[in-house]
Amino acid sequence: MANVLDIRRRIRSVRNTQQITKAMKMVSAAKLRRAQERVFSARPYANKILEVLNSLVTRSENKRHPLLEERGDQRIQLVVVTADKGLCGAFNTNIIKAAQAFIDENQDKRLSLNCVGRKGRDFFRKRPTPLANEFVNIFSKLEYAHARAIASQLMEEFAAQKLDAIYLVYNEFKSVVQQRIRVERLLPIQRLKPSPEETLIDYIYEQPPEEIFNDLIPKHVEVQVYRALLESAAAEHGARMTAMDAATNNAVDMIDSLTLTMNRARQAGITREIIEIVGGAAALE
Amino acid sequence: MLPDKLQLEIVTPNRLLLKEEVDELQIPGKNGYLGILPGHAPLISELQIGEISYRQDEAVHYLSVAWGYCEVLPDRVIVLAETAEKAEEIDVNRALAAKERAEKRLADLQNPELDFNRAMISLQRALIRLQVSNKQVGALQ
Repeated sequence: MANVLDIRRRIRSVRNTQQITKAMKMVSAAKLRRAQERVFSARPYANKILEVLNSLVTRSENKRHPLLEERGDQRIQLVVVTADKGLCGAFNTNIIKAAQAFIDENQDKRLSLNCVGRKGRDFFRKRPTPLANEFVNIFSKLEYAHARAIASQLMEEFAAQKLDAIYLVYNEFKSVVQQRIRVERLLPIQRLKPSPEETLIDYIYEQPPEEIFNDLIPKHVEVQVYRALLESAAAEHGARMTAMDAATNNAVDMIDSLTLTMNRARQAGITREIIEIVGGAAALE
Repeated sequence: MLPDKLQLEIVTPNRLLLKEEVDELQIPGKNGYLGILPGHAPLISELQIGEISYRQDEAVHYLSVAWGYCEVLPDRVIVLAETAEKAEEIDVNRALAAKERAEKRLADLQNPELDFNRAMISLQRALIRLQVSNKQVGALQ
C-alpha cells in the first residue's frame, strides 16, 4: 500500500488544481453572461437589416449584385471559427472535426481555409489544406471592427472572383451547456425572400432602391460574420464553464477517494505497529 | 387618425441604444437633414455622418451617428446605425485625439499612402462627435 506521505502530497496537488478549475469556472460564468448579452443585443440589428433587405428585394428591379452571383462552387473557402484558448472541453475538437469532415467531402474542389481563433489555426497549419488567412487573438476583445475586417476581406476576394463560395463553420450558442455546430454559406448570399406583407407599404426612397440595396448587402455580410463570432465566443465560455465544473467535481471525487486510501494506509500502519508490539510482548512472556 | 407620437428606435450592432416615444426628430439623410413628425409617409433613407436630434415635449436630445439607415413609418422610426452615441456618452478626449490624428494625416498631402477619403471620414466623425457633445439635453431653440 502506498505511503501516507505520498498520498497526502497527491491530495494537496489535486486540491490546488481544483482551486484553479473552480476559479476558471467562475471567470467563465462572468464572461459568459456578458457574451450572452452581446449576442442578444446584436440580434435586433441583424434582424432589421434582413428585414429591410427583404423588403428591398421585392421592389428593386436590378437584383444583380456581385455578392449574390452564383458561380458553382469550385473554389471554396471555409472559415473555421474556433477559440483562442483551450480548456473548454470538446469545443475546439468538435469544430475541427466538422471542418475536417467538410474538407473530406469536398476533396475534388479547390478548398482553402480561413482560421479565426488560434486553436484551429494551430491544427490546420500542419495539414495539407492551404491556409489562406488567419485571425488569431481576437476573442479576448471582440469588436465589430474585427468582423468588418474579416468580412471585407472575404467580400473582396469573392467579388474579384477569386472564390466561388464561402462557408462558415462555428459553434452556435444554444444554451449554457449546449453548443451546436453550424455550417452556413456566407457567400453568395442565399436567396432573399420577398416578404408578402411588406409589399403593402409603399415607401418613399430618398435614394434609389438599388443604391440602398447595394450598400446594405455588405453590411448584411458583416453582421453575419459578427453574429457568428459572438455566438462562438458565448459558446466558448459556456463550454469552458461546463468543462471546468466537471473538472472541479472530478477533483472533489478524487480527493475523497484519495483521503479514503490515505486513512486506510494510516490505519493499516497503526494496526501493524500494534501487532508488532503485541507480538513482541508475547514473545517475552 | 394620425398618431401624435413617434416610436423611435436606434439600433447598433452592439446594442439597442434607444427606444423612446418622441414628438419630433431630425435625422441626417444622405441628401440632407430630414425633419420627421408623427404621421410621416413611409420612407427609407441612407444616413450620413451627422447628428440626430429628437424632441420629447420641451426637451431636445442629441446623438451622433456615423453611417446608417432609417426606416420611417407613420408611427415609428427605426434607425440602423453602425455607431451611434448619445451626447452625454461621447468620449470628448477620444474624439479630440481622432480629430488631431485625422488633421495630421490630411496635412501631409504628399504622402502617397494617404487615404484621403478615409481620413476625411474620420475627421468628419470626430467633428460631429465634438459638435454633439457640446449640446447636452437642451430646451427647444
